[in-house]
Amino acid sequence: MSAFIQYTLQGLAAGGFYALSALGLAVIFGVLGVVNFSHGACYMLGAVISAVLLAELGIGFWAALVVVPIVMFGFGVLMERLFVRWLLALDPLYNFLLTFGLTLIIVEAVKQRYGVSGLPYEIPAGLGGQVTVGSVNLSVYAIFACVFSVVVCLAVGLLMTRTRIGMIVRASTENADRTRAFGINVTRWVTPVFGFGIALAGLAGVLAAPTRAITAEMGSNFIIILFAVVVIGGLGSILGAVVAGFLVGLVEAYGVAYAPAYAQIVIFVLMAAVILVRPSGLFGREEVA
Amino acid sequence: MSEQMTAKVDVDLAQPSILSRRSPWRYLMLLAGLAVLVMLPYWIYPPVAMDILCWGLFAISVDLLLGFTGLLSFGHAAFWGGSSYCTGLIAIHWGVPFPVAVLGGSVFAMLIAWPIGWLSVRRTGIYFAMVTLAFAQMIYFIANQLRDLTGGENGLQGIPRTFFGIEAVETDAFYFYYAGAALIVVGIAIAWRVVNSPFGRVLTAVRDNPARARALGYDVEVFKIKAFVISAGLAGLAGGVFAISHGFASLQELSWTTSGKVVLITVLGGIGTLWGGLVGAGVVVTLEDYLASSGFEGIGLITGVIFVVIVLLFRHGIWGTARNALRKYVIERRRSRHE
Repeated sequence: MSAFIQYTLQGLAAGGFYALSALGLAVIFGVLGVVNFSHGACYMLGAVISAVLLAELGIGFWAALVVVPIVMFGFGVLMERLFVRWLLALDPLYNFLLTFGLTLIIVEAVKQRYGVSGLPYEIPAGLGGQVTVGSVNLSVYAIFACVFSVVVCLAVGLLMTRTRIGMIVRASTENADRTRAFGINVTRWVTPVFGFGIALAGLAGVLAAPTRAITAEMGSNFIIILFAVVVIGGLGSILGAVVAGFLVGLVEAYGVAYAPAYAQIVIFVLMAAVILVRPSGLFGREEVA
Repeated sequence: MSEQMTAKVDVDLAQPSILSRRSPWRYLMLLAGLAVLVMLPYWIYPPVAMDILCWGLFAISVDLLLGFTGLLSFGHAAFWGGSSYCTGLIAIHWGVPFPVAVLGGSVFAMLIAWPIGWLSVRRTGIYFAMVTLAFAQMIYFIANQLRDLTGGENGLQGIPRTFFGIEAVETDAFYFYYAGAALIVVGIAIAWRVVNSPFGRVLTAVRDNPARARALGYDVEVFKIKAFVISAGLAGLAGGVFAISHGFASLQELSWTTSGKVVLITVLGGIGTLWGGLVGAGVVVTLEDYLASSGFEGIGLITGVIFVVIVLLFRHGIWGTARNALRKYVIERRRSRHE
C-alpha cells in the first residue's frame, strides 16, 4: 500500500508536467488553431535555461520559477511574430510542419551548445529529502511539484472563467468570428496567448529540471506523450487537457512500477481506447466532419 | 474543418495535367525519367542512389495520403521501419532472395497499418497527424522491448543480400542498385495506378469534400483505411529495400524523426505531385550525404531550416512550382496563338 501511494504521488508529479504543458497546448490551439509541435522543445528549453541560469548566473530554482516563464513568454511572442503568424490563415497542418521544423532547429542548437549529456540540476534546498506520513515515505519535491502545478492550473482556470481576458480567450476558442462580431479585437490576443502557452511549457520545464535528466532530447518523447494527452482529453477542452495530463502521469507511473517493460506502451493503448470509445476525447466536443 | 482547408490550398495542384494523355512530351518526360534512373549510379555513389530511390518511394507513399487523400500521416516511420525489421528477419532466418523478403516486409507493414488506420481515421485533419505519430511511437517502444527479435538499441545486423545466387548483385552495390530499383519502380507504378484509377478519383473526392463523397454513397472511412494500408505497403516496400541495401535495420528507422524527414521530403518535392517525392528525396539525401561527408554534425539544423523555409515561402514544393510555371507558360502561349 505504501508503495502504491508513492507511485501515485510520482504519477501526480509527472502528471503536473503534462497538465501544465497540455494546458498551454490547448490554449494555443483554442485561440490560434495551431498545434504547436515545438511545445516539447519549449519544455526542454525551460529546463535547460534554469540549469544555465543556475550554473552561469547563480540564479536559483525559486527565481527560475519566475524568470524562465517570462523568458519563454518572450520566446513565444518572437516565434509567433516571426513565423507562426504568416500561416494562420492556411491549413493548420502547415503550422504543425513549421513548428516541427523549429523543433529540429531548437533541439539541434541546444545539442551543439550544451552537448548530449545531461546538465546538472539539484533539488533546491528545503525541498529535498522525504517526509513520513504514517508509514509512507514521500518525496518532498514530488509533493511540491504536484501541488504547485495544481495551483497553477487552478489559477489559469480562474483566469479563464473569472476575468474579462479569460472570457475573451474562451469566446475566441469557441467561435472566433462571432467574437469579432461582438466588437472584440481577437487578433490582438493572438500573440500574448501564444506567448502564454509557451510560458506554461517553460514553467513545466523548470519544475521538471530537478528530477529529470536535462538533455536536448528530453522534449522529444514528451511532445508525443503530450499529443496523446490532448487526444485523450480533447484538444478543444482546457479542463480535458489538465485532467488527461494527470491521468496519463498516473498511468505512466503505475506502468513503470508494475509493468516497466510496457510503461510507455500503456499510454498509447489508453489513447487507442479513448479514440475507440469517444473519438473526440473525454472532454472534447463532437467534431463536425 | 481542416480537411476542407487542405483542399483549398492545393486545389490548383490537383487539376489534370495540361499535357494531354497522348502528348509526345509525356513520353519524352517518362523516357528522361527512366534515363536518369539508369544513369544515377554512374553519377553518384550507388548506395546513395539507392537511398534516394527508397526515400523517394517512401515520400510518394506519404503523398498518396497527404496529396491525394488529404491525410497527413506523421507516423509513417512505423511502416518503413516495421518493414525493414521484418524484411531483415525474413532474409536472415529464411535466406530467401531479397525481393521475397521485401515483399514479406511490405505485407507486414500493411498488416500493422490496418488496425492503426482503422483507429486513426476516426479523427481527421491535425488530429490524424497526432494520432498516427503516437501510434508510430508505440511501435517504436514495442520494437525496443522485443530485444531478442530486433536487437534493441543495437538494431538488426547482418542482413544478407541473397539474390538467386547472382554474385554481382549480392556483393556489388552498383548491380544491386538495378535489382533494388526494379522493386522501387514497381512501387511507383502501383502508386501511379492508384492515383489514376476510379479508386483514386474517389480518394480525391474524399479529400476535397468528405461530406459530399459520403452523400454520394462512398464510405469515406473505408476509402481512407484502404488508402492508408496501400500507402503503408509502399512505405514498407521502400523500407525493405532500404534495409537490404544497408544490411541492417535500426530503431532510427522507426523514430519520429524519420516520419518527419519523409514529410519534409514530400513537402519539398510538392504535395499532390507524386513525382515530387523523388525530386525531394534527391535533394535531401544528397544534401545529407554531402554534409555528413564534410564532417558537419548539425544536420538537424539544416533540415529544420529547410522545413521552415519551404513551409513559409515555398509551399508548392519543387515539382509543384515547376509544374505551375510550365502550366502558366503553356496557357500563355495558347492564348497568344489565338490572338
